[in-house]
Amino acid sequence: MNLSFSEEDLKFQQEVRSFIKESYPSDIKEKMDKGIPTTKEDIVTWQKILSEKGWFAINWPEEHGGTGWSVTQKFIFQNELAEANTPNIVPFGVSMCGPVIYTFGNEEQKERFLPDIRDNNVWWCQGYSEPGSGSDLASLKTKAEKKGNKYIVNGSKTWTTLAQNADWIFCLVRTDSSGVKQQGISFLLIDMKTPGVEVQPIITIDGSHEVNSVFFDNVEVPAENLIGEEGAGWNIAKFLLAHERTGIGGIPHLKREIRRLRDITEELPLNEGFLKDDSLFMDKLNKIEIDLVSAEYTELRTLAAMSAGGHPGPESSILKIGGTDIQQSLSELFVEALGYYAHPFMSESDLLSNEKRIGPDFAATVMPHYLNYRKVSIYGGSNEVQRNVIAKAVLGL
Amino acid sequence: MDFLLSDEQKQLQDLIQQFIQKDYPFDVREKLVKSEDGFSKEFWKTFSTFGLLAMPFPEEDGGYNGGPVDIMVILEAFGTGLIVEPYIPNIVLSGNLISRLGTQDQKDTILPNLFSGDMHLAFAFAEPQSRFDLNDVTTSAEKDGDNFKLNGYKSVVMNGPAADKLIISARTSGNQMDKSGISLFVVDRSVSGVSLRDYSNVDGSKASELTLENVVLSKDAILGEEGNAFSSIEYVVNLATLAISAEAIGIMQKMNELTLEYTKTREQFGQALSQFQALQHRMVDTFMVHEQTKSLLLMAATKLNDQAEDAVKSISALKYQVGNAAKLIGEESIQLHGGMGVTEEMSIGHYFKRLTTIRTIFGNSDYHLKKYSSL
Repeated sequence: MNLSFSEEDLKFQQEVRSFIKESYPSDIKEKMDKGIPTTKEDIVTWQKILSEKGWFAINWPEEHGGTGWSVTQKFIFQNELAEANTPNIVPFGVSMCGPVIYTFGNEEQKERFLPDIRDNNVWWCQGYSEPGSGSDLASLKTKAEKKGNKYIVNGSKTWTTLAQNADWIFCLVRTDSSGVKQQGISFLLIDMKTPGVEVQPIITIDGSHEVNSVFFDNVEVPAENLIGEEGAGWNIAKFLLAHERTGIGGIPHLKREIRRLRDITEELPLNEGFLKDDSLFMDKLNKIEIDLVSAEYTELRTLAAMSAGGHPGPESSILKIGGTDIQQSLSELFVEALGYYAHPFMSESDLLSNEKRIGPDFAATVMPHYLNYRKVSIYGGSNEVQRNVIAKAVLGL
Repeated sequence: MDFLLSDEQKQLQDLIQQFIQKDYPFDVREKLVKSEDGFSKEFWKTFSTFGLLAMPFPEEDGGYNGGPVDIMVILEAFGTGLIVEPYIPNIVLSGNLISRLGTQDQKDTILPNLFSGDMHLAFAFAEPQSRFDLNDVTTSAEKDGDNFKLNGYKSVVMNGPAADKLIISARTSGNQMDKSGISLFVVDRSVSGVSLRDYSNVDGSKASELTLENVVLSKDAILGEEGNAFSSIEYVVNLATLAISAEAIGIMQKMNELTLEYTKTREQFGQALSQFQALQHRMVDTFMVHEQTKSLLLMAATKLNDQAEDAVKSISALKYQVGNAAKLIGEESIQLHGGMGVTEEMSIGHYFKRLTTIRTIFGNSDYHLKKYSSL
């Protein structure tokens, strides 16, 4: 066992750090630092910079443009990205659809779709949940009927993150309703420009438009867009959910946020001193930091097992529950730090204006974050479902 | 020992519940929140005809002699309907300060108009560094012959946008944290040197940032004795803490009801969510927490009513528990609603937002735990 960085690792860290320093566009950095929402263009610009460097699809096999990095290098890279407060990588293409295609797709599909994901030419979104199928994903009803060399798709998807930006959607659809519900599910790629696809925004309690409903009305999809066999969709979905759960904890970002909150406690006035004088508050901050270290080392153990040839299995549910618990507690502690100044609501246009903000500069995004982060224990398989997974698949109950 | 409400209090409760059912459904509330004023001045007048605005004031001031228990009844009912009209800043805080401290002249100018719903008030007590400490006052009021000159900054003034007059705490002597040397002033919003920056809060209420720059006031503007306002400030804020705790408990009751209803109708894995034991236990916990917190509410209301020696301590016990219960019930309700819980279209998220801001207002759980320990 050796948990420290080698000489080469430290050199790699320097290389990543100086690359980000040189290449991270200052206008995007300014938005991120000020808590101004980034646009689709900002995100694509940044992701393309990583693509051009060959540092975007870092987990992919090298033959498709992956990096071949060790677990430690990937860990360092993610930390440096978070450290520099770069926009979160949108996972739907690179971390979800891509791995499905190179694992389950045919050669033609790999050639057709993977380069555009790696190079950020196409924005993907995920069509999983439906109004009647949340935690019970396998009950999904969106129907794909085969007619000649096409599927005719009818139904609706919900909670589709950033569908408003997407060019393509990967969907779980029902191709067979006769047998066990899991067995009739297939994995289908759909071009969002196809007639009959309609996106409607869902506004969430933080006032933002991040998720959508997507409706399919007699949408014609070429049969060649099916990944794997008909009926293989559920296995693909399980593979993907395990992938999603490992990334969902967002630990590097949380480390940065904890440090930011610690800095804030030294600057935020409280009576004749500063917030750091409030020992109950500082205890809570330190408790979250300890939770985070344990989550971080649990993630490292999982990653190390993966690099030794294992799959992210049901154990990744631990990471999802642990990581999201911390995300939520930390977002709550930011709210507590602000006292009354957590309450003023700033619209997107308020955030963009140059007028002085109400309360401390960082205040505007704090409550929206707390409210928005209620979702993290609900999405990606709710934390209740994750507990069921651990109970069944790990503990054998 | 008797936990029952009087007939009058039950009637009051019914009156408000009927109003909510008939006139204040969720979609109406949403329209009001998004309107220019952020609430309905017409409904405010309705509350006046119900007698709510004059309720907690002595008869000699034109009130109905109501007390803490009546305030509790009103606000708990308000909570169930998520009523956004500014009762606490107008009536519980400002009205009570005028009634307790005002000269006959000040009362005559203000109270009849407050009770009729024609005048709005706001109490500016918080400052950026003060957090929940009412004695932490840096806003200064310097004597200048027969006048006072005010300078300073007040933050998150509830009901600031609607207020015709502001009551401002300012230091006439002493150091930043001293309890003595704090005075109150009644100021028209139009007075030179007073500037308000109005905005909406996440819970749908409205507030203002208040800047005071060489605001010159005659000595008639002072409310109560110079330098001795602290105990009255503490009194009305305790009353308001009781009021907002009652509102929170009304909200919790409603959130528990909505969640129970939702889990009975939403089906996953071939059965209603309410059939899953893991979820049943969580709903039992939220139910128990609401009941236990309500017990503290009744205890604190009667202590305040009887001016018991430990009334202030009981208020801190209450608000500490309200903060904890609000976290549990608020977050669990959203979680059990799943994705629907975080959508703007369902009422549950709006109850959650108000319950969340209440956790902070007049002191969060940490603050009241420390205060309780110190008393």
